[in-house]
Amino acid sequence: MKKVDEMFAYYLDLALRSLKRNKALTGLMIITIGFGVAASMTTWSVFRAVSGDPIPWKSSKLFVPQIDNWGPAGHGPKDTSKEPPDAMDYTDAIALMRDHRAKYQSAMYQVGAAVTPQRVGQHPITAIGEAVYSEFFPMLDVPFKYGSGWSAADDDHRAQVAVISSHLNDKAFGGGDSVGKTLNVDGHEYRVVGVLGDWHPQPQFYDVVNTGGFSEGGGNIFVPFTTAIANSMNNNGNTNCVDAPKEPGFVGLQHSECVWIAFMVQLDDAAAVQQYKQYLDNYAAVQQQAGRFTWSPNNRLRGLMDWLDHEHVVPSDTKISLYVALGLLLVCLVNTAGLLLAKFLRRASEIGVRRALGASRREIYTQFLIESGMVGVAGGVLGLALTGLGISGVSWVLPRDIAALAHLDVSLLITTLAVAIVATMLAGLYPTMRAAAVQPAWQLKSN
Amino acid sequence: MQIQPIVAALRHHKAGTVLIALQIALTLAIVCNALFIIHQRVAHLSEPTGVDEANLFVIVNQWADQSSGEQIDAQMQADLATLRRLPGVRDATASNAYPLLGGGWDDLIMMKPDQVQKTTDASVYFGDQHFIDTLGVKLIAGRNFRADEIAPMKPRDSSTPPVVIVTKALADKLYPDGSALGKSFYAMSATPTTIIGIVERLQRSEVDTWSAPFAYQALIWPRRLDGSFGTYYIVHARPGEVAEVMHHAPKALYAQDRMRIIDPKDGVLSFAEIRHRAYDSDRGTAILMGIICAVLLVITGAGIIGLTSFWVGQRRKQIGIRRALGATRRDILRYFQTENLLIAGAGVVLGAILAVGLNLWMMLQLAMDRMPLAYVLVGIIVLLLLGQGAVFAPARRASRVSPVEATRSV
Repeated sequence: MKKVDEMFAYYLDLALRSLKRNKALTGLMIITIGFGVAASMTTWSVFRAVSGDPIPWKSSKLFVPQIDNWGPAGHGPKDTSKEPPDAMDYTDAIALMRDHRAKYQSAMYQVGAAVTPQRVGQHPITAIGEAVYSEFFPMLDVPFKYGSGWSAADDDHRAQVAVISSHLNDKAFGGGDSVGKTLNVDGHEYRVVGVLGDWHPQPQFYDVVNTGGFSEGGGNIFVPFTTAIANSMNNNGNTNCVDAPKEPGFVGLQHSECVWIAFMVQLDDAAAVQQYKQYLDNYAAVQQQAGRFTWSPNNRLRGLMDWLDHEHVVPSDTKISLYVALGLLLVCLVNTAGLLLAKFLRRASEIGVRRALGASRREIYTQFLIESGMVGVAGGVLGLALTGLGISGVSWVLPRDIAALAHLDVSLLITTLAVAIVATMLAGLYPTMRAAAVQPAWQLKSN
Repeated sequence: MQIQPIVAALRHHKAGTVLIALQIALTLAIVCNALFIIHQRVAHLSEPTGVDEANLFVIVNQWADQSSGEQIDAQMQADLATLRRLPGVRDATASNAYPLLGGGWDDLIMMKPDQVQKTTDASVYFGDQHFIDTLGVKLIAGRNFRADEIAPMKPRDSSTPPVVIVTKALADKLYPDGSALGKSFYAMSATPTTIIGIVERLQRSEVDTWSAPFAYQALIWPRRLDGSFGTYYIVHARPGEVAEVMHHAPKALYAQDRMRIIDPKDGVLSFAEIRHRAYDSDRGTAILMGIICAVLLVITGAGIIGLTSFWVGQRRKQIGIRRALGATRRDILRYFQTENLLIAGAGVVLGAILAVGLNLWMMLQLAMDRMPLAYVLVGIIVLLLLGQGAVFAPARRASRVSPVEATRSV
């Protein structure tokens, strides 16, 4: 064991000497690796932040149903996918809630409200949130700091209850346990039943149709869907129609085929998924028989991650940046391979002497791989510094909502170093092979 | 210059040659695709809005209480009167949206009321008779709204106003023969609306990818939208007074009535800020691609210098012999330059193929457009020049190798 240690120390020493011998070349390699790694890691940190699973322990059980209530009018002439609308109209959302075929389910739409806390002299503040059903909270494992969600009975009775984020709790009540306090929302009194814990899923996966996925605001107030409808809380998100509603106002919207409601269900196993699909098809078939749909059932039931992918929640710019940065890393590796080759082969005579004096091929291998590894370590350290710089500067080149998500953590730190070292050693593999192939006799003779 | 001996010599440096050529190929593939992306993004973010951006700003006004439509309408009229009275204000209007808002309202447009496949899509603005003057858009045909045509409108009211002002882009789309003025269309309704005016150019309220086919197609309804959430006040300041007015306007509105919310951070937006936000993704991508291109070119250039320097060092003896046998300095310089041209030439041929392949792949994966071949051509020229530039210093060093070198260490 001692011998191995000694040899390793010797190789390190050799590598250091060799690297010092040609500072410009060594520096160039380190800078190359540093930039390549930093570019990839910075873009990776952004990509990782936006493409991650927002609810990893449960995403496989969450599904988004889609029902085609538009038929051919909803598709362009060249559209062959026959994709149903990505949100629901009021009629279908309410029918699905009433039939209640999944373990948990919630229709939801985005609301924006002027909120006034019951404190004298306080100015109203705006809060953006969602109108949801009571099952929303257990379905998404929403953490509570104080209190809890509301009950199914509250849904039925259109109770004026609200769950607020800790952010809104701080702003409206100055923090603390505000359960039981009242909040004036658009002129109606709501009783606070719960204050959320630290819960800011990005993307706001429960309603990407209306939130667009990534946004700093939103998710600050949750009220019962039924209550929001009864109080005419207007939809703050998207509304899409193929024909204008026949009646005016919010009621007109509810009676129309316009889509504006997001929907999510929890289905625990494959059998439940199958049954729910069957249910959706039966539902659409009944609508067809009733004459509301003049086309055959055309539904979708996508798993959450599939759904996020389908909705293009990850901005394509993030992908482009990552791919181009990986391309840069590849060029950096080719570049490093070339420089290492030059560096190693320049020492052919030295290798020849070492081989003639009894060094085995394996030992030459070890020596040069260690030398590549050292370049990798140095490049990794530089890359780490540049990645830190890149992440702090990323808000300069990316939209705020997305840039805010990129951060440097231990796993990124380790990945950066590992990528640098592994990449450089890969780049050094061929040059090392060439170095180890040097014939002792030939080199000695030619000198 | 004879090429054959150079090729023969390169056979002894296969690995190095292949690595440089490969590096040039990859650099070319990435750089021309990146340049294409940069050009597209810059073109997108340079699109004019048609409005007088320098003197415009927007107040995001939310209502703090759930008033009735009538109350909101009265409040909006009072607010507009307040804003128009402010010193330094040329004109002001209220709307549901403004160009580059990044969202808003759009209508499908039909030529017949029962049309299944719609004709096109138009961004929808609500505005009074001050809208055109406030935004500073140019009326090129017909007339502005008259005061008696303006009416309040509740949200989600689907009744269609009888008259409309459209952009030239929409007019030309609906009536390509240029006869749009006085004609009518259907905007998601059973009743037609008549075009009474055409403005030269007005950008849509969003400039997303999906709406690119409908660029600059917008219409203005003669209505004040009594949005229960709030409204956007668009204010046109007199030249040079925009900063001053931006500062005073929210205070004047609060003084008029307290029951409103104007966000202290994002409630008053200059048009520069609006433009900045609307295109931040485009600008960011362009900058990032620019940085990556620059780093790539520097690294590839440095790599060429590094490897050529090594070759020069390795061949000092041979260079010395050639010099001793009568080759001039210029011959040696030319030798390395030609060698680089051969390697870079092979690299750019491979790179051109890779570049087109990469573009095709991105077209499939990321819905990118087809890259014009001009980008590949520019990339080829850039990389050949880079190669020649990078090789110059080591080649000149080679040319200075003295003929005496031939006699050393033999």
